[in-house]
Amino acid sequence: MLRGALTSRPGRSGAARDRRAELWLGALGAAVFVLIAAMTVTVFVKAWPSFSYNGLSWFAPGAEVDQQLRAMRESAPLSGHGLLYFRAWPLVWGTLITTIAAVLLALVISTLAAIFITEFAPAPVRRVLDPVIRLLAAVPSVIYGLIGILVLAPWIEKTFISNARKHSVIFVVQLNGQNLTTATVILTVMILPIMVAITANALAAVPSSWREGSAALGVNRWRTIWRVSMRVTWPAVAAGLVLATARALGEAVMLAMVSGSSAFDANPADGVTFLFEPVRPLAATIFQEAEGLTIGPLSHTIYAIGAVLLVSAILLSLAGWATKQSLKRYGIRA
Amino acid sequence: MDPLMPPPVRRIALDREPNIAPPRAPAQNGAEAPTQRRATVRPPVAAVRERMQIENVWLAYGENWVVRDVTLPVRQGEVLALIGASGSGKTTLLRSLNRLTEITEGASRAGQITLDGTDIAAQEVNELRRRISMVFQQPNPFPMSIFDNVAYSLAEQAPPRGRRRRRTPEIEQAVTDALQRAGLYEEVAGDLDRPALKLSGGQQQRLCIARALAAKPEVLLLDEPCSALDPISTATIEELIVGLRESVAVVIVTHNLQQAFRVADYVAFMHLGELIEYGPSQQVFDRPVQQRTKDYISGAFG
Amino acid sequence: MASVGVSPGPPAGTLAVRPRRESVSSWPLIDRFWFGLAWLTGVGLCVIAFAIVAIMLVKGIGYLNLSDFTTAPAASLQQNQSGGFSDPIIGTLIVTAIGIAIAAPVGVAIAAWLAEYGRPSWLARTVESAIEMLAGTPSVVLAIFGLAVLSQGFLGFLSEGASKGSLGESFFNAGIVMSLIALPLVVASTREGLFQLPDRLREASYALGKTRATTIRCVLLPAIRPSMASGIVLGMGRIIGDTAIITIVLGATLRNEPVNNVPVIGLLRGTGSTLTSYIFYNSPAGEGNSHEKAYAAAFVLLVIVLLLNSIVTRLTRGPRERRTAFRLPRFGAPRS
Repeated sequence: MLRGALTSRPGRSGAARDRRAELWLGALGAAVFVLIAAMTVTVFVKAWPSFSYNGLSWFAPGAEVDQQLRAMRESAPLSGHGLLYFRAWPLVWGTLITTIAAVLLALVISTLAAIFITEFAPAPVRRVLDPVIRLLAAVPSVIYGLIGILVLAPWIEKTFISNARKHSVIFVVQLNGQNLTTATVILTVMILPIMVAITANALAAVPSSWREGSAALGVNRWRTIWRVSMRVTWPAVAAGLVLATARALGEAVMLAMVSGSSAFDANPADGVTFLFEPVRPLAATIFQEAEGLTIGPLSHTIYAIGAVLLVSAILLSLAGWATKQSLKRYGIRA
Repeated sequence: MDPLMPPPVRRIALDREPNIAPPRAPAQNGAEAPTQRRATVRPPVAAVRERMQIENVWLAYGENWVVRDVTLPVRQGEVLALIGASGSGKTTLLRSLNRLTEITEGASRAGQITLDGTDIAAQEVNELRRRISMVFQQPNPFPMSIFDNVAYSLAEQAPPRGRRRRRTPEIEQAVTDALQRAGLYEEVAGDLDRPALKLSGGQQQRLCIARALAAKPEVLLLDEPCSALDPISTATIEELIVGLRESVAVVIVTHNLQQAFRVADYVAFMHLGELIEYGPSQQVFDRPVQQRTKDYISGAFG
Repeated sequence: MASVGVSPGPPAGTLAVRPRRESVSSWPLIDRFWFGLAWLTGVGLCVIAFAIVAIMLVKGIGYLNLSDFTTAPAASLQQNQSGGFSDPIIGTLIVTAIGIAIAAPVGVAIAAWLAEYGRPSWLARTVESAIEMLAGTPSVVLAIFGLAVLSQGFLGFLSEGASKGSLGESFFNAGIVMSLIALPLVVASTREGLFQLPDRLREASYALGKTRATTIRCVLLPAIRPSMASGIVLGMGRIIGDTAIITIVLGATLRNEPVNNVPVIGLLRGTGSTLTSYIFYNSPAGEGNSHEKAYAAAFVLLVIVLLLNSIVTRLTRGPRERRTAFRLPRFGAPRS
């Protein structure tokens, strides 16, 4: 491989060429930063009319979101409000419950799975689990959505949503298989591989002297992992959490397909039925309303939603940076 | 060999010595009569009782027999030193005493090892390991506070009751006792919640000894505990070991013949898995019966 | 007494015990509960993956016809008249090609700058953070941003829509936005490859009097071809699997709609579809509502993605076998 280097001619301008190359490459890098900055500015500029019209009540509950969006699409404002009127609370609420529920579920499941993989699984099972995790990570979101809407949603509707349940909320919303539970379940499966991989890698990096020492003290394997290995693994779990949350927040297509046919404000006061009410997270809303980007007020609203997502992505990036600092203390690069 | 003549000194240990220890008087350097040193260090022991019996034990990793037909007693009140070159199987034998060899895939054992008469294979392995504790070559304190380290095996025995279970008065007393037996208490009594990883190497090893002693084991196994430490820490730990032998049966594996001589009451010399010679340390070092023992002790190989 | 060759075992009759690992039955109840739960999650993951594959296999192959690859889709409520997915496949290829053509060289260049130059350090850190932010940004947001910028009139050469003052949806634009989601993967992979190169390679080259640029070009990059390739293939996988950008920036029509008769440019300036948007269209969530075609297309998509991932596995495992548990494709932030 040095042959290429040997045949090229350094020449007198070698240093100058190096400097030029450095400048060009550095400019490319800086261009990425400029791009991110431009993205932030563009999205906020386009979102500004929606925010300035609604103020902070943009985040508040109000009339039905679907109605508001339709009003914008048809240029027929709702009574007493302008075209830019928007109350995004149901969307924010939908995002919050699906994301938080999925992340919490994934945290528990992925930690247990990672412990299983590194400690309890016999070698043949471990050999199977490796491609299994890869597979789950590789499946595109539209296929998850397809299986959700064609397989999981009908099953959930058949099993959990009885006619009585449908009747109980019939004046408010229609219940079907596209609901909060279906969305959360599939979202959990989608973010599991990230967390399992990061946690398993961190667990495998724990010095075996500790595990040996703990075994020699007569402590069983589970307690050893829980009290010794996991102590140094939590930073990696946190890093995985941040990545998983970012993925969950940004998931649009799958959620658009399975989370609900209407942008409903799911009501916990409904008891168990709450679990089967439709929701529509923010990213899915952008995806659904994409054709409306030509219409003025709707476009501003869409960009406003995008701005909210962007801010949360920035916050998550900061959180990710913070967890990586704590990971460096343990010498794990993630 | 003349009983008054000291065994040849393994100069390697002295050459390795860094400049920490104060220089000895030239008359003593290397020619010190070991018998005199031992007399000042060894407290007498009231009674000696047999704790473990190793009978015709064969150990293998896969197809390779690493320990062949070894029979040894382990007695409380005595320090038993396993000596031999690398690959002699002494570490494997030690690890089989608390069934630590089972962690390795493909290990197998023939023969019998009993603790107080009962076969150790018949006992539940975690309970066994609380009765037979082990200290490793590299100090391996857990990433916790000093208190949590020493209380570790005790806390895991109690039924889970949250964080408060780790600070019960019984456990605190046990931790203090263990730290005192390990000779570490005065140095750390001020702040037991300090992270254990912040201690020096010698202190960490003594912490590991305290941790092993916390559950009041009947047998203490030491796998070259001082090989990673400086001479001052080594001396401290050797004193500890000799002091502990009254209450705990001690088995120590060591590469360092001087250390074996200083510390052990009985010595077992192993070579390529076989037990070549076993006897009181005075006899094995001064009047070894087997030729191979003579060769090893005189430094012909190792 | 050398033990080479047959080593005599214990006398026949004495039992050689192969002790198994500690049995869980001796554990306290609560620990056994967690042990069982851990097993359950491990097995559960396998079951889920198997179920996904099984569904795709059974339904996908069941509904797949070879003619689907050659027929263009047609808007029709009848299953047997709604055509195949030749257009979406072509669309997928085009978008991936454009996206990678931009992301690969740019990504490698940025990674080389970060790893080999990286001065001034505040700039390096800023660029690193920017890449990570890019990786963490949802693709919908990138899509609406891309659309906003690329719909400007002066960029009308990239799309018909922009030149006419409406939304700039075209293959060109979709490819450009797609390169943004592939970029972090290429950068991360290349960077890690460069970090793992021993310094002596660089020292040898500098000692011969070569500039840093030459060293990078002729010595370092060829040495990390597997890393670069795996990053590129990962990026391709990510592009192929994305739907949001297609819907927003490509227009997600059913067929590829060239804007005029100019051979390639006409196609690239027009809207079109890819496998992902085709699947969405045919699912109950889209307008087509023909789930047979959706399954068939989904099967093809899954096969392509899994093939790409197996290539990555072979590339990263190849010469050096790692002992750690997993080497997983990178999703966003670089991972060691």
